[in-house]
Amino acid sequence: MTEPALLSVKNVSVDLPTPRGNLRAVDQIDLNIGAGRTLGIVGESGCGKTMLSRAILQLLPKKAKLSGRVMFDGQDLVRLDPERLRKLRGRSLAVVFQDPMTSLNPVLTIGTQLIETLQEHLELDSVAAKWRSVELLGAVGIPAPQQRLMQYPHQLSGGMRQRVAIAIALSCEPKLLIADEPTTALDVTIQAQILDLLAREQRRRHMAMILITHDLGVVAGRTDDVAVMYAGRVVERAPTPVLFKKMHMPYTEALLAAIPKIDAAPHAPLPAISGRPPDPTRPIQGCSFSPRCRYAAGRCYREKPLLAASESPDHQYACFHPIQVTAGVCA
Amino acid sequence: MLGFVARRLLYLVPVLVAVSLLTFLIASLLPGDLAYVILGDQATPEKVEALRHDMGLDQPVWWRYLGWLGHVLQGDLGRSFRTGQTVLQAVAERLPVSFELMVLAEIIGLAIGVPFAIACAVRSGSVFDRFMTGTAFGMLSVPTFLSAILLIYLFAVELRWLPATGYVPFQEDPVGNLRFLVLPALTLALAEWPGIMRVLRSDMIATLQEDYIAMAKAKGLKPSRILFVHALKPSSLTLVTITGINIGRLIGGAVIVETIFALPGIGRLLVGAIYTRDLIILQGAVLLVAAGFVIMNFIVDALRHPRPQDPLWPRLSSASTRMSPSVRSSGRAG
Repeated sequence: MTEPALLSVKNVSVDLPTPRGNLRAVDQIDLNIGAGRTLGIVGESGCGKTMLSRAILQLLPKKAKLSGRVMFDGQDLVRLDPERLRKLRGRSLAVVFQDPMTSLNPVLTIGTQLIETLQEHLELDSVAAKWRSVELLGAVGIPAPQQRLMQYPHQLSGGMRQRVAIAIALSCEPKLLIADEPTTALDVTIQAQILDLLAREQRRRHMAMILITHDLGVVAGRTDDVAVMYAGRVVERAPTPVLFKKMHMPYTEALLAAIPKIDAAPHAPLPAISGRPPDPTRPIQGCSFSPRCRYAAGRCYREKPLLAASESPDHQYACFHPIQVTAGVCA
Repeated sequence: MLGFVARRLLYLVPVLVAVSLLTFLIASLLPGDLAYVILGDQATPEKVEALRHDMGLDQPVWWRYLGWLGHVLQGDLGRSFRTGQTVLQAVAERLPVSFELMVLAEIIGLAIGVPFAIACAVRSGSVFDRFMTGTAFGMLSVPTFLSAILLIYLFAVELRWLPATGYVPFQEDPVGNLRFLVLPALTLALAEWPGIMRVLRSDMIATLQEDYIAMAKAKGLKPSRILFVHALKPSSLTLVTITGINIGRLIGGAVIVETIFALPGIGRLLVGAIYTRDLIILQGAVLLVAAGFVIMNFIVDALRHPRPQDPLWPRLSSASTRMSPSVRSSGRAG
């Protein structure tokens, strides 16, 4: 990437004190995302995706310790004073949370929740803010937006609520949108609609987007770059088409194989990744994936592989025994 | 909603019948014959017998109860044989005093309890929070008569800012009326705010963990707006309930406080009726007070009842009611 990054996460770690000891949720992560670009962050549950997104937004739980730097638009969010951070959040840095059942305030109307964001950041009088809210709800595909303004979240379906959450996130034309598993809590039939809506609005508004998901299939056609996370670290990152053409990290391969395929033989067992991610309060010495990896050998158990580039500088991975096969699935 | 109100109103009937039965029984089980109370110890047995017959005291208890209930249903609660005042008059005369005291006490209690609850919830676990929680616990254990005496000593005797006892009706002298009511209301409020604070504090701590608060922060809203608009309303469910119960309780008058500060409220009426064995006033007033309490509870229930367009708590009618903290924390990982 030649243009200066809009967001660059530098050596960020998140530690959570737990009764069982320190939990390193995010381990020395470096990421960059340029203006108008999309980055997919993929990994299974508990790998630190959500913690990373909260670390970027400075919305970590009180007890969490954050180290490293989060540079956004030339400012370090970690050291920014609360008032300036507040002016940034919702204005140029927006987020869509995982579960629209809990992310909208149940006692406030849709209209209130939209209009308060608009009036906080943009100089709009209440009539203008209302009109803009109607416009936004229409843009995210909500029928009869004017009536919706008066309704409470519980009167809307899950998909509709997530559309409202997206409308709120888009309301001030942010430079960066973080979508944290925006479709995980929704019906399968709604998922594609919401993802397409996000992709469409991202292109239309020229905003950068981080799409966090546990489903490699979701990032396939919708992102420019992919970072695969495992046990709090980025284990492989590459431009999306490159990754799908030629993945090096055994974990990425296993993640892709674990997606159910429509043309698989009936009753064929799903090649799920055996075992569980390592206990984050008990860090293991070697590669974190080694206990579950079918290519692991000697060195993998003793030493942590670092994220490094190989043939092309764009494609980095952390593995001593990268697979060289060309994966069959394409974006 | 209408169906709910109708059903709950039906429930009120057996409750009120039970209350009326209990008050009547307690009044008639009190030792001492009413006829002797009226005529005095020197009365001849014949005179007593004649009065007992006149008053229907020679009838069986259940018969007298039904007779009384019949009158009550027609709005006739009887009249005092001492003052000749009807029960309704006596209560109507004193209700404004107790009502005003109750309203002031609740306002002061909420004014102290709510800000402290919010301040503690925001800094939960801090030294300030622990100090305030401890203080509230201590205040909860101070009996009303003690805080009343301390307040009188401080504000009436030492500082001479406020009168110690007495009462003027609001219509005659609004300022004087308030000056007389400040100390009693403050005394009651000192017993009310710890409960208010503790309940709201713990609900607020739970609410501040919710996703929609993280969302409100992510929207860049001002901290004051997050606390007062986004967090306070969903946290005040229990607060509304206990405030309703407090109001219902205080409508019946505050016996100790009204006695110490010499306020002519319902509490004083009841105590006076007991001292003078004015059983008609006693049973009538207790019935009215109990009915007030039951109706207040009914109103609180109706406020909390989920409705499609609920102005207060739409969350109650949605499927996503508050999860237990363990479910919530495991749901957030990942």
